[in-house]
Amino acid sequence: MEVFLSGLGLLATPQILLALLVGSVGGVIIGAIPGVGPAVAIAILLPATFSMDPLVGLTMLLGIYGSSMYGGSLPAILINTPGTAVNALTTYDGYPMTRQGKALHALGLAYGASFVSGVLSIAALILLSPLLAKIAPLFGSREIFLAALLGIVLVVIAHRGQTFAAGSLAAFGIFLGTVGLEPVRYTQRFTFGLDALQSGFDLIVVVLGLFALSQAFLLLSQPDQSPDSQRIDGNMFTAMLRVFRFKRIAGVGSGIGVMMGMIPGVGEFTAQFLSYTHAQKTSKTPELFGKGSEEGLVASESANNAVPAAAMIPLLALGIPGEALTAMMLSVFYVHNVVPGPALFRDQLDFIYALFAAMLLLNVIVVVFIGFSSNALTRIIRIPTRFLGMIILTLSFVGVYSLRNSVTDCVMAAGFGMLGLVLKRQNLPVVPIILGMVLGGIMEVKLRSAMARVREPLDFVDRPIAAGLAVAIVLLIGFHVWGVIRERRSRLPESERDHDSHDTQQR
Amino acid sequence: MVRSKTLQDLFKRYRRPGDMFVAALSLLFSLFLLANLPSQTTWVARVQTFAQPAFWPTVAVVTMVVFSTLHLVGALVSERIEGRWQEVAEWVKALEYVLWFMVYVSVVPWLGYLPATILFTLLLTWRLGYRGLNWSLAALGVAVFVVVLFKSMLQVSIPAGAVYDLLPSGPARTFIMTYF
Repeated sequence: MEVFLSGLGLLATPQILLALLVGSVGGVIIGAIPGVGPAVAIAILLPATFSMDPLVGLTMLLGIYGSSMYGGSLPAILINTPGTAVNALTTYDGYPMTRQGKALHALGLAYGASFVSGVLSIAALILLSPLLAKIAPLFGSREIFLAALLGIVLVVIAHRGQTFAAGSLAAFGIFLGTVGLEPVRYTQRFTFGLDALQSGFDLIVVVLGLFALSQAFLLLSQPDQSPDSQRIDGNMFTAMLRVFRFKRIAGVGSGIGVMMGMIPGVGEFTAQFLSYTHAQKTSKTPELFGKGSEEGLVASESANNAVPAAAMIPLLALGIPGEALTAMMLSVFYVHNVVPGPALFRDQLDFIYALFAAMLLLNVIVVVFIGFSSNALTRIIRIPTRFLGMIILTLSFVGVYSLRNSVTDCVMAAGFGMLGLVLKRQNLPVVPIILGMVLGGIMEVKLRSAMARVREPLDFVDRPIAAGLAVAIVLLIGFHVWGVIRERRSRLPESERDHDSHDTQQR
Repeated sequence: MVRSKTLQDLFKRYRRPGDMFVAALSLLFSLFLLANLPSQTTWVARVQTFAQPAFWPTVAVVTMVVFSTLHLVGALVSERIEGRWQEVAEWVKALEYVLWFMVYVSVVPWLGYLPATILFTLLLTWRLGYRGLNWSLAALGVAVFVVVLFKSMLQVSIPAGAVYDLLPSGPARTFIMTYF
């Protein structure tokens, strides 16, 4: 309790409270605009946060991460276009409810479910933190190496239908992380004699290119869209309370969200999928799912909003980001020479509690803000997409150029922007590149230090956690291969498959 | 923007036209890296394999070659999806905006952040087909908002433009150089 109060004390500064307000309100607005999404916003803001205190910078970025899904459910429900990629499932039941004249109910349920799961997940993690602080130090070099490898394996096999491309992209990310002057033996790796490659590829440049610039190029080169929306009449706060009719589904969804968020490489999509399927299987009216089911809406929104807090666990406790947004946040730690990992969790639990308390506060701020501002937000989602592309391009410049005023960085970022555009148009993921780049670096360092104490290959997995992780990796690959074989037996003809470009797979 | 249509679409990614092209490019690039592996990395004497500076680039490049080959084989044995070259044309179309971005990047050090951003947003808005006073005012608003937020308030590092030196020296010039 004392540590928790000390954590709360860390938050009580005007800068942090301002960062929290800006992050949470900004996150809702960014989330509500289809075509932006938290990854673009966090990528652009990253360099600006480097001059801030780590807790201030992280609070702002976490604010955007945690609140964007609230905003994202607004266009998902009203115009059938998810504001952020993880709100895609919300369209299945949210939009049919709007068509049935129940837009207020749908929005209220989505916000209510997001709030309940946000609070439940943070409360669970606050309670679990002392236990995690005891477990984290049991992770030595080989366990962290295996956990990072598990993250890579999961992010590859999570992209069903495109596993080979995802594997190739993850390996490309690992390769990018190795370019430059190698820090132990000082040898050159793939620099081709170019000075610009001596220091390697900066993560921020790659992130800005793949997420922000690619999105700008994509929006600018595609036909314009300016979605129209409707007014919402009625009391939003009363509508939010309806979520308590679905306590069981919201609780299970939050639980699944927390578990999936804690596993590197999994994240919101899997959490939503499990939560939605569970809700449908246990529902008295499963036939309504996809046609305006309130249970389906609660299942989807409660699962995705429980993930952000849980996703901080592998980052803070092991120094391993589980997805792109936490990978970006890792660079905030690195810039300030704070190395997240077991020692941070053991020695600075108040810092961890401060982050969780900030997330708790952001959920409250967001609910109050969104309760009053839904009608104003419906006007924001009407910004034409090509004009939005121009804004993102202008903002991307600040992100890249302010790093070190380097034109070379801008050229590289533009190159990665084009790569991102091609990948997005192909429905191919950019996240494996980022995770490969970050986790590859971690794996290199940890394997080197782990192998110093390993004589026989089996020594590597002679500790319980290492053995458990190794078994999990082998089983996951095995199950994946088995699943693919089974799927091939009942495959659809090519003409019956969906070859459209999917907005939800582009952010 | 195209929306997801079924629950299955959301969790499974199907191939798009141009998949074969991407797979072939990916394999060619991986093979290029593989061919350069001996000359671009070093194996140091009397050092464990796992601690070799060349170990991880080798792992990454070999994995890229393996997965890219499998990707290409997958594309070759699958039914062709029409529209490959239209898709490539879409990628080429986006190059125009790469050019816009690079011109913006090269103009900022000369013209200064605020004037270059105003010019960039106004011209690009016009190019995108948003004509009329309201759109120009919106573009101007975006430019001023971005510069004030990042340069004046957050004080991100963007050097003053060369043309600012032409302004008469005094507190006004210092103010403009620091905040815009």
